[in-house]
Amino acid sequence: MAITERTSWLEPRPGGLYCIPGDFYIDPSRAADRAVITHGHADHARPGNNHVLATHETVAIAEARYGSAAGRSFQRVKYGEVTHMNDVSIRLVSAGHVLGSAQVVLEHQGQRIVVSGDYKRSRDPTCAPFEVVTCDIFITEATFGLPVFRHPVAADEVARLLASVAATPDRCHLVGVYALGKAQRVIALLREAGYSDTIYLHGALQKLCSLYQRLGVDLGDLAPVAGLPKQALTGRIIMCPPSSLADRWSQRMPSPVTAVASGWMRVRARARQRGAELPLIISDHADWDELTATIRDVQAGEIWVTHGREDALVHYAQSLGLEARALSLVGREDEDDQDAEVAAAPEVAGADD
Amino acid sequence: MQAFGELLDRLSTAPGRNVRLDLIAAYLQAAPDPDRGYALAALAGDLSLRTAKPAMIRELAATRADPDLFRMSYDYVGDLAETVALLWPAEFRVNATPRLSEIIHAMESARRVEVPDLVAAWLDRLDATGRWALLKLITGGLRVGVSGRLARTALTRLGDVGLAEVEEVWHAVEAPYAPLFDWLEGRAEKPSLTDALTFRPLMLAHPLEVSDQERLDLSDYRAEWKWDGIRVQLVLRCGQARLFSRTGDDISRAFPDLLSDLTGDAVLDGELLVMRPDGIGTFNDLQQRLNRKTVTAKLQTEQPVGLRLYDILIDGDRDCRDLAFDDRRQVLENWAARHPSPRIDLSPRVPLSGWEEMQQARMDPPHPAIEGLMLKRGDSTYHAGRPRGLWFKWKRDPHRVDCVMMYAQRGHGKRSSLYSDFTFGAWRDGELVPVGKAYFGFTDAELKELDRFVRTNTVERYGPVRAVNQTLVLEVAFDGINRSRRHKSGVAMRFPRIARIRWDKPANEADDLETLERLIPGSFGDG
Repeated sequence: MAITERTSWLEPRPGGLYCIPGDFYIDPSRAADRAVITHGHADHARPGNNHVLATHETVAIAEARYGSAAGRSFQRVKYGEVTHMNDVSIRLVSAGHVLGSAQVVLEHQGQRIVVSGDYKRSRDPTCAPFEVVTCDIFITEATFGLPVFRHPVAADEVARLLASVAATPDRCHLVGVYALGKAQRVIALLREAGYSDTIYLHGALQKLCSLYQRLGVDLGDLAPVAGLPKQALTGRIIMCPPSSLADRWSQRMPSPVTAVASGWMRVRARARQRGAELPLIISDHADWDELTATIRDVQAGEIWVTHGREDALVHYAQSLGLEARALSLVGREDEDDQDAEVAAAPEVAGADD
Repeated sequence: MQAFGELLDRLSTAPGRNVRLDLIAAYLQAAPDPDRGYALAALAGDLSLRTAKPAMIRELAATRADPDLFRMSYDYVGDLAETVALLWPAEFRVNATPRLSEIIHAMESARRVEVPDLVAAWLDRLDATGRWALLKLITGGLRVGVSGRLARTALTRLGDVGLAEVEEVWHAVEAPYAPLFDWLEGRAEKPSLTDALTFRPLMLAHPLEVSDQERLDLSDYRAEWKWDGIRVQLVLRCGQARLFSRTGDDISRAFPDLLSDLTGDAVLDGELLVMRPDGIGTFNDLQQRLNRKTVTAKLQTEQPVGLRLYDILIDGDRDCRDLAFDDRRQVLENWAARHPSPRIDLSPRVPLSGWEEMQQARMDPPHPAIEGLMLKRGDSTYHAGRPRGLWFKWKRDPHRVDCVMMYAQRGHGKRSSLYSDFTFGAWRDGELVPVGKAYFGFTDAELKELDRFVRTNTVERYGPVRAVNQTLVLEVAFDGINRSRRHKSGVAMRFPRIARIRWDKPANEADDLETLERLIPGSFGDG
């Protein structure tokens, strides 16, 4: 599918996307001397880089996660601010993925390349919306790069959660969410829908929720779940990492309705695999319609696809007459899917059941 | 259709019986007629709808989606109905989504060539969930974990009636069940069943506990053998005969040899057995006749079936269910005398002589097709369901073997955070072969210990399944074992459960597959 390898001043290397004239990596997969970081998720912002250029918020998230290992020196920028490295100009513009997430707009010798990082086009009250930047080469993710992925409106999914809470006051709702971005977005959407009760947090979510609040995102009344007696949680909403749903931790909860908020919940087999009683299709990644609309909007002649289901998106771009190739960058994970155990079950003999 | 789609969607991930029941009941209370009736039939597996072939669905998808994108999507999702439902391009939403009843009526009256256009038009009017439900419905497999009984239990929430009464009426009405809803919601009398060839819900027995033996006065009870066949109900009316399974499924078509020359007018309760001139066959023989829609002449000759009667519910126009067991027995014996047939006999009464002798008879029955004793109170009327203290089953003690845990799987609902489903194996040539799967028999405290064992002994993960170190011996109890071509080990247990956890026993001292094979009826050393 990929077109013939062409020389460009930006190239995929084992350590990540490398800008030759600027001598820096974007979201390096191993520690680099100079790194431009699109956003704070662990498969993009890794510890150990020397000089880091990122938005204020992304640096704050990296520091909250890695402490002093987040980087030796930082250049904190605002959206739209232009900086230069050698004769490459760099501008970070909003990607709409999580708080502080950015696309990297690079210009060199009259050519413009946009590295989108992870992005979405749908509404998110916890971060700035995606900004369309026209360019010559657009580098896109493809996490949900199949036409079966069309995310419904997130507010409607949250309404389903609240309907379930209202319908089962004798149970608690355990909502599996990724710690950075998804947790805060779901909480903010709950607040927008008028839910004002305290929302309880698994320990793994507290740090980043506090950081969001310090950075000015209103999440309402939050409290740690630790130390509370079981009865106090009946009828409540509790947020936790998806992996905790199947963990012994969840055995302490009063007859939980297990909800999982993820774009993967669109596919029933995935929802069942996660043991989600209430799958909520809420994603911080662009769905198929957003990916294809963005490819059209940026008017690039060339599309590079970094990670996800590349084949289908490359096929789509080619069907529009664009040049398109899959980069197959190493070290990228499907964020929503980090702890999923995906494999076929073995042949298991048993009684007729 | 939209509401039905949402119901199916919730059911597809609902973790337990009660949650499913609540969802179905809430739907039935809110949905209009006749849609809810058809929905109920679909859930209960009683909807006869002309089905669409997967090939047609594929062809439809090809009209709306790029073939390469369709192929990649199908590879990823793995389910045709779901792939097409998700892939189908959202049209400008028209105001009216199709109703379930509209779909069913149109499918019934459409000519075959018209079906694709009909389905495409409905897909355009539904959202992804509605499209998925539609495609599941017309391809004939809802698979959302709902049994007919569960669907009917949800019905009892509509009115102040018990399941038994609903079950009885259910079998006399057809989708969309207007008379049933009218009766449940107080708009009409209970539908009449007099001339209907319908199933009457059965009276069931409790297992006899040790404590019961001290409590019960044996002189109040009558004993019969517990036959190892399948419980059936024979309904004879106006020259017609119907045979129903214990759940009310009409299985008449599979047993023409039994039904062809029966006469009379009655509803009878008995055990379906293989009856050869030289005696009763085993359950394994009978199994060859089960789960078939039709039956070959050859099989009818090889495994001829008959009915061993033990109760009568209706004799002519007389409902006997209000009579005491002893009186019904008399009616039954008279009926059998009036209607002799080589295919039918009476289950003999077993003289009762005290717990000790009964214990002996139970453990060493005179025939391999006997799996224990039944005790029925002489003055008990015939109650549908499982009333307490009236009928008891006292089965032969189960077989027990020591097996080794091989795989564990997370449970559902309350148990979704616990590894509670265990696959165990027996030894063959120095290797463990999986022989069965059990998910009960242990206490909550034991389950926690098992869960801990699985978590600390995982050697591999496959989705929700973990392979574990093959070190823990489980004593497995089961009621019977048969040959099975479907299982790698060649055996299939009936009703296996974990009797004890043998933390003390080394895995290499667990049983061999050969030991299990010797327990198969008809094998050398059976006994």
